Amino acid sequence: MTTETVKKQRWKLNLRDRFQDMPKPARIAAMVVFVVLLYLLPTKAFYENLGFPIPMGSGYLPLYTTGSDMAGVLFQCGYYILLALGLNVVLGYAGLLDLGFFGFFAVGAYTVALLTSPESKLITEYNWLESPWPWLLTVPIAIALAMLSGVLLGWPTLRLRGDYLAIVTLGFAEIIRIVAKNQDWILNGDRGIPSVGHPPGTWPDGEPIFELEFTPYYWLVLTVIIGVIFLIRNLANSRVGRAWVAIREDEDAAELMGVPTFKFKLWAFAIGAAIGGLSGSLWAGQANFVNSATFSLENSILVLAAVLLGGAGSIGGAILGGFLVIYLPEWLRSVGDVFGWPTQVQVGNIHIDVSPTSLRFVIFGALLIVVMIYRPQGLWPNRRRAAELKDRQKEVAPVE
Amino acid sequence: MSERKALLEVDNVTLRFGGVVALNQVDFTLYEGEILGLIGPNGAGKTTCFNAMTGVYLPTEGQIRFKGEQVSGKKRNQITKMGMARTFQNIRLFPEMTALENVLVGTDAHNTTSVPTALLRLPKHWREERQSKARALELLSFVGITGRSDDLARNLSYGDQRRLEIARALATNPSLLCLDEPAAGFNPAEKVALLELIKKIRDSGVTVLLIEHDMRLVMGVTDRIVVLEFGRKIAEGTPEEVRDNPKVVAAYLGVPDAA
Repeated sequence: MTTETVKKQRWKLNLRDRFQDMPKPARIAAMVVFVVLLYLLPTKAFYENLGFPIPMGSGYLPLYTTGSDMAGVLFQCGYYILLALGLNVVLGYAGLLDLGFFGFFAVGAYTVALLTSPESKLITEYNWLESPWPWLLTVPIAIALAMLSGVLLGWPTLRLRGDYLAIVTLGFAEIIRIVAKNQDWILNGDRGIPSVGHPPGTWPDGEPIFELEFTPYYWLVLTVIIGVIFLIRNLANSRVGRAWVAIREDEDAAELMGVPTFKFKLWAFAIGAAIGGLSGSLWAGQANFVNSATFSLENSILVLAAVLLGGAGSIGGAILGGFLVIYLPEWLRSVGDVFGWPTQVQVGNIHIDVSPTSLRFVIFGALLIVVMIYRPQGLWPNRRRAAELKDRQKEVAPVE
Repeated sequence: MSERKALLEVDNVTLRFGGVVALNQVDFTLYEGEILGLIGPNGAGKTTCFNAMTGVYLPTEGQIRFKGEQVSGKKRNQITKMGMARTFQNIRLFPEMTALENVLVGTDAHNTTSVPTALLRLPKHWREERQSKARALELLSFVGITGRSDDLARNLSYGDQRRLEIARALATNPSLLCLDEPAAGFNPAEKVALLELIKKIRDSGVTVLLIEHDMRLVMGVTDRIVVLEFGRKIAEGTPEEVRDNPKVVAAYLGVPDAA
């Protein structure tokens, strides 16, 4: 019995170990192939050339795609993955429970909207700007402002711990939303800001790349994600990352071992906020229209769910979680058709709507609960990296 | 006795929690290069004294000076940087980090790599990582944990965890190492090994303050002993002097009833 379980565990580890043990060029090649496939994901060529059957007519088979525009769903997954990566720094690494993470997304989105829209009140009423700025120029500003709001929020609140911090951050996101909803002088309340600028670039034939078609946005967000992953990894495998984990594990002990805890908690907040703001600016660049309705509390909770579902403290987990919280409900929307799931059940004279489309959040919620019960560490938990050191070779071989 | 340099001066320190007087005008000096034992029955205020020294508590009255500088009011991580390191009575490692990483957190106390340097992988990052890793591995073998540097701290044996805590504290490059009951839960053989380790640490130039219950360990390794009872210092001197002090005997064994 026990040897069986040992073997099983070994086999599980081996999937990862086998990848780790591959020679470096092979690993890089595998990663490159994987990334190229990711870029091809929303294109029809991907399905045709890999032998997936595409039903006649429009759309792809909803077993592995969604019924709606695949690239659109993937883009949405993309900016949620970014959000999850940002929250993962705050919650996963430093262990700070931030329930209002979507607030930073809002800061990023509004910054872009105000600066790039010709109908922004900064232009029409206050004459602060002569003409709308290009989207690309506003992204660094959006990141900087989100970062600043992270620092401003963190400065007083990071002296709090645990539940107290969670409550304050929850308040932060709600304040942003309610202010955006109710005040009129600049954010324009529920009427919002239309005609937000798009990213730059034109196809060879002169048509702008970033218009209504979702695929280029997906490529853009995918590229940004890859860049962000590299930067986060740099931080995680450094003095900064160690300090974060030490704070998460035992804040008092960390401080007594010389870790400037407040400074690094503030950095975690600022970096998380910057990534959130970046995500918001990408979304605004696509959405064309920004109003307060986008920033409801459930988005913050969804990002939190993404991080916990994937596995806190793991980059892979954040990506998987961010992908699943968006993709799964979308996929459930269309999968019913494939299995011939009834859309209505009649009980007496009451018609109950049981289509996966309308039940998708119920199913998704149930799945979340199941995962949390049977795999509380998340789907793709963080295995503490094994430092590549000589010392490892001296390690005793595990007993059979 | 030759000229001795004071490293840590605990100067009439009183610490009150509401009506409870945890420390009452405690007064002693720790000299460079010695091993000082801080002993006393349960609840005598040994750990409280430790906590006041390392900045966890602020003394109600009195002063604590380390290398001539006032400690109270300084941030805890600054005190560590000044050269005071400690271990904990109940082990407080970072359980989900590897043994090596635990020690690296200690070495990081004197590193200066922060977010921009780490983000851009500047040369300073690589230099500090390399030096810290070399130092950390050295310390792990110094305290007697080899070949387990990649194991999670929580997977180490109890004895190794205690030793790892010492390695982590030593990694902050202290001139004073405070050990809070390092032998708790050890068997006699492990205690002997620990005794050797403490002597080795002193010989490497680190002053040691030792809180301990086990009298044999304390008698065997310390140069001087300070005895606390109910938050007051009742005796101070060499192990022999302290052992023969009637107050100490009374504190540990009780006084026969006068009746």
